[in-house]
Amino acid sequence: MKIYNGKPIIIGLIIFVGVALFPVFYNGGKASPPPEIKLDTPVIQQMTEKQCVLPKGEMRTGHMQVLNEWRTEVVRNGHRVYVAADGKQYNMSLQNECMKCHSNKSQFCDACHVYAGLQLGAVPYCWTCHIEPKEPKETK
Amino acid sequence: MESSRRDLLKLGGACALGLTTLPLVKAHAKSDLPKVMDNPDALKGKRWAMVVDAKKCWEKGKEGCKDCIDACHKIHNVPDIGNVKEEIKWIWNEKFQHVFPGMESPHMAHDYHEKPFMVFCNHCGNAPCVRVCPTQATFKRPDGITMMDFHRCIGCRYCMAGCPYGARSFNFRDPRAFIKTELNMTFPTRERGVVEKCSFCEERLAVGLLPACVEACKHGALVFGDLEDPNSPVRKLLAEHFTIRRKPELGTEPGVYYIV
Amino acid sequence: MLERALYGSQRYFRWVLGLLILIGMGFGAYMIQLNKGLTITGMGRDVSWGFYIAQFTFLVGVAASAVMVVLPYYLHNVKVFGRITILGEFLAIAAVTMCLLFIIVDLGKPMRLLNVLLYPTPNSILFWDMVSLNGYLFLNIFIGWNVLEAERKGVHYPNWVKPLIYISIPWAVSIHTVTAFLYAGLPARHYWLTAIMAARFLASAFCSGPALLILLAYLVKKYTKFDPGQEAIDKLTNIVTYALLISVFFVGLEFFTAFYSQIPGHMHSLVYLFVGLEGHGKLVPFMWLFAILAVAALVLLLNPKTRRNEKTLKLACLFTFLSMWLEKGMGLVIAGFIPNPLEQVREYSPTIPELTIALGVWSTGAFILTILYKIATSVKEEVGEASH
Repeated sequence: MKIYNGKPIIIGLIIFVGVALFPVFYNGGKASPPPEIKLDTPVIQQMTEKQCVLPKGEMRTGHMQVLNEWRTEVVRNGHRVYVAADGKQYNMSLQNECMKCHSNKSQFCDACHVYAGLQLGAVPYCWTCHIEPKEPKETK
Repeated sequence: MESSRRDLLKLGGACALGLTTLPLVKAHAKSDLPKVMDNPDALKGKRWAMVVDAKKCWEKGKEGCKDCIDACHKIHNVPDIGNVKEEIKWIWNEKFQHVFPGMESPHMAHDYHEKPFMVFCNHCGNAPCVRVCPTQATFKRPDGITMMDFHRCIGCRYCMAGCPYGARSFNFRDPRAFIKTELNMTFPTRERGVVEKCSFCEERLAVGLLPACVEACKHGALVFGDLEDPNSPVRKLLAEHFTIRRKPELGTEPGVYYIV
Repeated sequence: MLERALYGSQRYFRWVLGLLILIGMGFGAYMIQLNKGLTITGMGRDVSWGFYIAQFTFLVGVAASAVMVVLPYYLHNVKVFGRITILGEFLAIAAVTMCLLFIIVDLGKPMRLLNVLLYPTPNSILFWDMVSLNGYLFLNIFIGWNVLEAERKGVHYPNWVKPLIYISIPWAVSIHTVTAFLYAGLPARHYWLTAIMAARFLASAFCSGPALLILLAYLVKKYTKFDPGQEAIDKLTNIVTYALLISVFFVGLEFFTAFYSQIPGHMHSLVYLFVGLEGHGKLVPFMWLFAILAVAALVLLLNPKTRRNEKTLKLACLFTFLSMWLEKGMGLVIAGFIPNPLEQVREYSPTIPELTIALGVWSTGAFILTILYKIATSVKEEVGEASH
């Protein structure tokens, strides 16, 4: 078998593989430690039963879908109250409900988003419109 | 096997095309979330409307009174950009000949030349902005409110060309730096690149409150209610007074009435 | 066939490099706009569409005008156009690409562009504009490329291309009709609210586009060994003449309706454009330039002597193109917003960054056109049409 223009193709391939593997070499093959998500906000600490609108696992993997559904229900369908599986009612609002408990945005949202390599403030861009809670300085 | 570069490209194209069906499949596979409902206190209407009693506004209000504007703009985190070109406004005032162009005459009472008329989105029954929006980012709610979905707006400004009342403002720059009032932490701001306007305070109606401007006007010059409800305050005013609407000849069915 | 764009004279590469530099400048300016928002443009809450959308509107016309060579050739067997249909189709590709780019640079949230597909909205004319423009782009790419490739191989183009060609003819009319509907259906914009808007658009398209095509044909003749043929140019000249006459006539109709009826709303924008309104008249010199150029072009085109003279014909085409650009690519869109719905006069003028971005888009179009014409003329030279 003969490869036409073999030389530039092979050089190109080597460069491509090099660039693709660069992040692995850069980190020396070590995985960076997963972030610790802090749940010790004043509001959460006062809760007797520490329960979000959905079980923890579902929230971890599906919070973006939940937020998206809530957005559609509130903005487009005009329904503002969410009824959880246990019958508890929630005001479907990122700014006024989610962040009331999770008032530690930098240690809750950001910690994981930064770890996942999402560009802070750009993806997801919730906080260009929604106002983030004021956090006490020392927690940052 | 004989295969040409062309066949490979064709195959690649077919695969890419197949990938585009992925979102459809995903949409179908979506699980059902537990149910949602309305706040029991919410104010419900079939066709929300407003009556602006201009006489009350002039006679009882002090000269230069801006209570309704300030209340609205503070609650909704409306920025003060500081120039006419990029100004953002949900409710403001204009003189008669600008609010009702073509209806002015040189010899009408002096008041009509000089005094302010409050203007805001008319929440038209047949809204041109809704008709032209290419993404349904602005849409009609069942209660008659012309609503903005800031998450979906692509900033094409077709609605601004379509609106016969100049009621829409575009965020030419990041509005956050220009919010001069104290931030309302319970309401979002907007971001650069989307269109905004009066929403008849749908977020307040949802929790049983009247629009902020109506509440702020101490003289009752702004009256809010359901046009379909014969006992509503707006219907009573409409039955008792002669009212006019802005540019009714365009067939937009504005939901804001003026007692002049 | 694409590799033919990679070989060329030094002049060719200098031109391409120049265009790439302009594209780069435009891109840089766009990065600033992306960061700061549309505040860097001259647009505002009153004149909310400006130079970008005006360019878009004008270029849809240029794109649609390809039908002026395709239709006579395929439906009326006008053989002389056979040699230049490819030039028309490739011009359409470049023009539609510019249209799409002008829409994108005008968006406040360009990253959400695909919302138009994600939430298709048939009641919005902008949705249909997106459908028709993209459709037209693909039609021309498929047709142009396949016909040219067949020509290179010395065979007849595949049969499946033929229906596409027939579809492309009404499709070309549709892109400009739909673009006119963007404006003609808005209740509060008196200047745009006219039933002959689509007809006006098509008339101005069918003079500005073919005028550009004539100029391009002369350029091709000068710089390559491919000669589009004098007969084709003569026929195009006739088209330009008629279309320009109709265009000017249509503008006259607007004047009559506005000023004989004396309805203020109908007169305002025209008054603003030609003499100024309430002391504002930024566009007045441009509109008079339009009028002078259009009349001058008509004089040159109607007079057989100047029409047949290459030099004066080129001048006439240049005048036609510029006058239509001024009328449609400046006056029409901007004056629709003046006065605003509250009958206040708020003027508009484009800013330097805005013009830089626009120049970048035009350069992108010129770049695409150069590459495509390079390929087309190389193929034509190869198969020996040059000797005709």
